[in-house]
Amino acid sequence: MATTLALVGNPNVGKTAVFNALTGLSATTGNYAGVTVSRTHGTVHLGEIKVELADLPGTYSLAARSPDEVIVADVLMDQRDDEVPITGIIIVVDASNLERNLYFLSQLIELKKPFIVALNMMDIADRRGIEINHEALSKALGAPVVPVCAHKRQGFDTLRKAILSLHMGDLAAPEFLGCDFPESQKFAVGELTKALRKNEGILGRSIPGPEISRILIDAGGYAEKRILHKLGADFAETLAICRAHAVENGLTLPAQEAKARYGWVKEILATSVTRPNPRRRSRSEGIDNILTHKVFGTLFFVTIMLVVFQSIYSWAGPVMDLVDGGVGALGGLIGTVLPEGILKSLLVDGAIAGVGSVLIFLPQILLLSLFISLLEDCGYMARAAFLMDRLLGWCGLSGQSFIPMLSSFACAIPGIMATRTIFDRRDRFTTILVAPLMSCSARLPVYIIMIGAFVPQTKLFGGLLTLPAITLLVMYGLGVAVAVPVAWILKKTIFRGEKPPLILEMPSYKMPQAKTVFRKVYREGKDFLSRAGTLIFAVTVVVWALAYFPRSATIAESFDAQRAEVSNAGLDEEVLAERIARLDNLEEGEYLRNSVLGKAGHLIEPVFRPMGWDWRIATATIASFPAREIIVATLGTLFNMGADENEESEGLIATLQGATWPDGRPLFNIPVALSIMVFFALCAQCGATLITIKRETGQWRWPVLAFTYMTVLAYVGAIVTYQVSSLILPAGGLG
Amino acid sequence: MRTLDQLKPKESGIIAALSGAGSTQQRLLEMGVSDGAEVEVLRFAPMGDPMEIYVRGFHLTLRKSEAALVQLEG
Repeated sequence: MATTLALVGNPNVGKTAVFNALTGLSATTGNYAGVTVSRTHGTVHLGEIKVELADLPGTYSLAARSPDEVIVADVLMDQRDDEVPITGIIIVVDASNLERNLYFLSQLIELKKPFIVALNMMDIADRRGIEINHEALSKALGAPVVPVCAHKRQGFDTLRKAILSLHMGDLAAPEFLGCDFPESQKFAVGELTKALRKNEGILGRSIPGPEISRILIDAGGYAEKRILHKLGADFAETLAICRAHAVENGLTLPAQEAKARYGWVKEILATSVTRPNPRRRSRSEGIDNILTHKVFGTLFFVTIMLVVFQSIYSWAGPVMDLVDGGVGALGGLIGTVLPEGILKSLLVDGAIAGVGSVLIFLPQILLLSLFISLLEDCGYMARAAFLMDRLLGWCGLSGQSFIPMLSSFACAIPGIMATRTIFDRRDRFTTILVAPLMSCSARLPVYIIMIGAFVPQTKLFGGLLTLPAITLLVMYGLGVAVAVPVAWILKKTIFRGEKPPLILEMPSYKMPQAKTVFRKVYREGKDFLSRAGTLIFAVTVVVWALAYFPRSATIAESFDAQRAEVSNAGLDEEVLAERIARLDNLEEGEYLRNSVLGKAGHLIEPVFRPMGWDWRIATATIASFPAREIIVATLGTLFNMGADENEESEGLIATLQGATWPDGRPLFNIPVALSIMVFFALCAQCGATLITIKRETGQWRWPVLAFTYMTVLAYVGAIVTYQVSSLILPAGGLG
Repeated sequence: MRTLDQLKPKESGIIAALSGAGSTQQRLLEMGVSDGAEVEVLRFAPMGDPMEIYVRGFHLTLRKSEAALVQLEG
């Protein structure tokens, strides 16, 4: 029978680094069924023997509240059908912070499974003058304790040997339960156990002992809810009686538990750890004196955000030009090889132009996800939550929502998934519903194109910043500015209730791990490309087809006749070529106007007129509802088909600058560019995000709500933007 | 009785008890904010809330409203 070992630990103890060091590149990631907690498995190679290792989410306790914690508790107690039995546990603990780490360990002992302790961050403990006798600790815990230093890869030979004996079944399960609870509580657990046994038929399983303790202690917790859901109000009464029997000395049950566990931890530490008194100030504290300082900390935070946005805008430029040149050259090459006709049009105008114009934004996506991973990995994110909590408090949220929101700037999907760490359901759902308002990397293409084409390169603050960079920052700020009142309204209406607490560990600062960071960046890039390669490609081809067909024979005949007329007029060669080219263009434009897409676009144009849009912008926008980055490809397809041949090579920006209304007025000006950007900033044009919301909330009504409110906001916002900026800005623009 | 939110930066105290009962209290207890533990206030956020404390060898952020539940000895 397949078995697996579980890797567990508190958050911020370097568990991922230990997992990476043990499993190398073998990790596979998926999801547990029905929930979106990621299931990461890897293989540890011990000579000939391969050991399966499950990397469970970081947790402080088995008292489960969030989906992550529920999974950890259920997997460790073998209560999940989609996970093989856990035969042994490797717990990673932070040597510099043993007290709280051993609290979790005291709960693990009660699972009665063999375990080993990986004592990580020994170097930090050393620096703080904390001396740990790991042999004494091992004796006190009744399990192997292996000092390691994950980021320096130290201690892993010994850890591997310990894992081998754990896998081979050489280690016995702990014979004793770690800490001793009052007799009253033991009696209550016994009574509750009997009561649950009687109901095993209805429950469909026998409840493991550690879970019974959780049902007893965690009033309102997940374990209790799951039982009461099946057994109903009668059992709630039994449970209340058991609880009343369990307390001693007037403490609450959780207080009784904490007292017993921390008492036990104190005894263990007394035998094996000496700490300097008074404690040594850590390096992190010194750094925090500046980074969370009232003035410098705030300045630093704003500076970091500015650097991030200025660099995505300017650093990615050269790489983007390279991609652009490559795609253009490929299109040109195929264009010269293939004869005129449907295949050439499909490949050059449809496939290459479409995928190419999405591919070009990969550098920026990688850059932004690099910044976010770095900030996460070094420990700054918790400081950002500390600095931002009060600000988010104004819209009824907590600093915990900050990380999911910031992640949503790269992509709302990982952002929405990051809300799993928010304990409070109302806070979590509110965050999920406003997260898609943050300007994700897929909106960047729209901003870049519009800003690049229509916002002048005016230098500000002595050349430090440019107007395009400021405009970009404003677009990013817009999502936040709208999210605040939306969240506030949600918290006052659908999700009203008591304000949830903020109880957040501030981990020690550490050097980001290249491997951890690059894995995240790689996944982000891969996800984006696989979407560009599939969904976006498919939509591109469909849009191309809608714009290409039907090819009316009347138009062809009429233009053939005109071309023949021009050819016979006896003009010199250069003028003739020019006239023919112009006719070709007009013909393409005529085809486009009469295509399925063109007709549909014209039909809906009046709806978009108040925003200053013509049917082409409207059509491109409609076509990009499945995934907003499609807009660029669609604009490329729509405007290129009727464009001047010579301009094609100069890229989309030049094409858009040259686009006109039928009467010859320029189609785009600053108000139109702004209204397009505002529409895209606020609209929920992302099928994947909506599906993620459904998965995370379990109900369709939430993605429907997100889609509806965002689309309405986008439409109204774009109209207001166009109308107001048309009044303010001079007709000729700022240039 | 003094509560944790009344301390100023660099002041410390010993936890006597947590008032109330609920998931906030349980979460604080699990994080080591339980009776007998020594707590030191490190700083308050720029806008006055939340606050950062040192307890049982690590740094913890909590709001003043949560700190008000923590009763100190003496």
